[in-house]
Amino acid sequence: MSGGLYSMDQKDFDQTLDLTRVKPYGDTMNDGKTQLSFTLPVPCGDEAVEAAKQLLKKMGFDNPQVVYYKELTKGFTFVNCYGSCTHTVDYSTIHVPKVESTVWSMPETDQFIREHIGRKIVVVGASTGTDAHTVGIDAIMNMKGYAGHYGIERYDMFEALNMGSQVPNEEFIAKAVEMHADALLVSQTVTQKDVHIKNMTEMIEMLEAEGLRDKLIVVCGGPRITHELAKELGFDAGFGMNTYADDVASYIAQEMDRRMHA
Amino acid sequence: MNKSKLGLDFARVDAAKQLAKNIADQVQEFVDGYTTVTVERTLCRLIGIDGVDENGVPLPNVVVDSLLEKGVLNQGMLYFMGNAILETNKNPQQIAEDVMNGKLDLTTLPLHGIDEIKQAVQPYIDACLTRIKGNVAKRNEYLSTIGEGPKPYLYIIVATGNIYEDVVQAQAGARQGADVIAVIRTTGQSLLDYVPYGATTEGFGGTFATQENFRIMRKALDEVGEEVGRYIRLCNYCSGLCMPEIAAMGALERLDVMLNDALYGILFRDINPQRTLIDQYFSRVINGYAGVIINTGEDNYLTTADAVEAAHTVLASDLINEQLALLAALPEEQMGLGHAFEMDPMLENGFLLELAQAQMTREIFPKATLKYMPPTKFMTGNIFRGHIQDALFNMIGIWTHQGIQLLGMPTEAIHTPFMSDRYLSIENARYIFNDMKSIGEEMEFREGGICRARAKEVLDKAIDLLKQIVDEGLFTALEKGTFGDVKRPMNGGKGLAGVVTKGDNYFNPFIQLMKDRK
Repeated sequence: MSGGLYSMDQKDFDQTLDLTRVKPYGDTMNDGKTQLSFTLPVPCGDEAVEAAKQLLKKMGFDNPQVVYYKELTKGFTFVNCYGSCTHTVDYSTIHVPKVESTVWSMPETDQFIREHIGRKIVVVGASTGTDAHTVGIDAIMNMKGYAGHYGIERYDMFEALNMGSQVPNEEFIAKAVEMHADALLVSQTVTQKDVHIKNMTEMIEMLEAEGLRDKLIVVCGGPRITHELAKELGFDAGFGMNTYADDVASYIAQEMDRRMHA
Repeated sequence: MNKSKLGLDFARVDAAKQLAKNIADQVQEFVDGYTTVTVERTLCRLIGIDGVDENGVPLPNVVVDSLLEKGVLNQGMLYFMGNAILETNKNPQQIAEDVMNGKLDLTTLPLHGIDEIKQAVQPYIDACLTRIKGNVAKRNEYLSTIGEGPKPYLYIIVATGNIYEDVVQAQAGARQGADVIAVIRTTGQSLLDYVPYGATTEGFGGTFATQENFRIMRKALDEVGEEVGRYIRLCNYCSGLCMPEIAAMGALERLDVMLNDALYGILFRDINPQRTLIDQYFSRVINGYAGVIINTGEDNYLTTADAVEAAHTVLASDLINEQLALLAALPEEQMGLGHAFEMDPMLENGFLLELAQAQMTREIFPKATLKYMPPTKFMTGNIFRGHIQDALFNMIGIWTHQGIQLLGMPTEAIHTPFMSDRYLSIENARYIFNDMKSIGEEMEFREGGICRARAKEVLDKAIDLLKQIVDEGLFTALEKGTFGDVKRPMNGGKGLAGVVTKGDNYFNPFIQLMKDRK
């Protein structure tokens, strides 16, 4: 690119940070620089590049640049692009619902349960419905845990059962009753066509029908789960990307305490 | 045998193989006494029974269930079918249709002598073997005319749920350089005790494995293979509750690679251990005969267990799978024994440990078309680091001469691959495979170094584990959670009700004929 290593762009915009008008940051405040890549279902060529640029404009990017393009197969063109975002958001008024608990280490949580609950907390977890993926529930529950965060099975003050994958809601709830569970953990990894929403809604309805809903702490997790979605579906809490056993265990301990000493 | 670059003691390797053989022999002794509903349905398919009834129930299920309900499945489907052929002068498909329509009860016909019955089914068996041999010949013809890509084969997945969309993605992948296209199955198919029918356009996270879908994709890959001048292999999954049926469909429609691992089904799909080991044997006999490369699922152990601590369980399982495959007369070249690059990327010298294990696996199974799986467990959504993790994985793939390189996607853990994800991954692999082509011949492993020590440690631990399994048996090892930290009781899991002890008249000539390559 003849643009060279050094940006000669005019920087005739206000370069002070204003949290009511936030936009992406490349190397200068408010430059709006954004990278995108996508594929257009059109033949490779100048027209494809122009189409990508026009699309970027419509997305709200100034100075759209297609820095790389490549035909993936006949009639499909992949592009890497940059542009300057013209939109802003007001950061100062954002409110995101979050799980309201303090995240503790495993010994801290165990200690808290010993002192405040006085017995082991029984947790049953599963990847329910048709979902065959155990990676999420394993990361939270298995002894080994994930990325250095021990799973709930390793905690002294939890009795944990991981039922694995493809567990029907009926079986899951029956096991919870049998074990006198305090908390249920539902993992959902497969989310095509919103199958997870249907499955999670069904579970809450079944719990309600059996009069169990209020007796249990019901928690869900997965890469596409947010706390907001979880609350909307009738769960007590939801744990998304980058949350670990510590987050879940300390939440359950604190929520148990809240309920027992309300 | 070649000198080990890692200083492996091949006498120890031989000892490990002998231990694994003892384990496999124990399993085989058990397997030989039983048949299952899916084994019998497989026989239906092989002798030409296909189609569904008005409720969508496949005719092989209709026939086999009619015998199971009468409590006579122990004599084998072929016994009753052969008898019905003699009585009705109809072919197996017509007979199956009569059973479906309630016009015929196979169990109430007058019974002929066993020799006569065997003769009656033989023409259908011969026709089936001829068709499968034709497929093997066709593949060989392609390989000798248009050829194939160099190893490691680049393996990519398609998973749209719609077979026609899969075709678009698969052909695009082949044009970009893929050698093997795997059509991921829809979530939950492994637990269906029947094989769906016809072309399908709906699935969750994958596409139904049906014979028609196999046919559609085979045709598409032959077309694109001729276009790019390289034979494109088609992969599907004969795991789950219908292992041998899907193996049969694959043999009939010229699939080239099939996932085939009872241990995987037991551990990760909670399929009953007895059921699936019986099913696996027949499925491997079919795969062996049809020239299909099987892929085993050991890599999955490392998604639940730790990749450093549990590496020896992968090796032990590979060794057992090798022996089980040999018992089914599956040639070593068709063994896609599985292993994976799954260590925590934050681990110091993790690359060296992975390299040592991959080289070790190569040397222990010198002829196998090893299946090397990419990082999945520690793919985080950081696509930029993920692309580098995949690059390190690719370096080891070319360095240690893996057979099939399952390409990692930078967007692993985010979504099923976009067309562009596949492009980026293929580009990554081709760049590295070319740029580092001969590194394996150039580099040596230092005596007393990390790699040699690691290989020795893993082999030693695998031998200890195999000794333990020889003593207690594979079923007990599974019950104790030896593999993947998952515990599976011998009588637990799905599908046990479909296991039947073989009766006096039971016969399945395919096994010997296929093993003898007739």
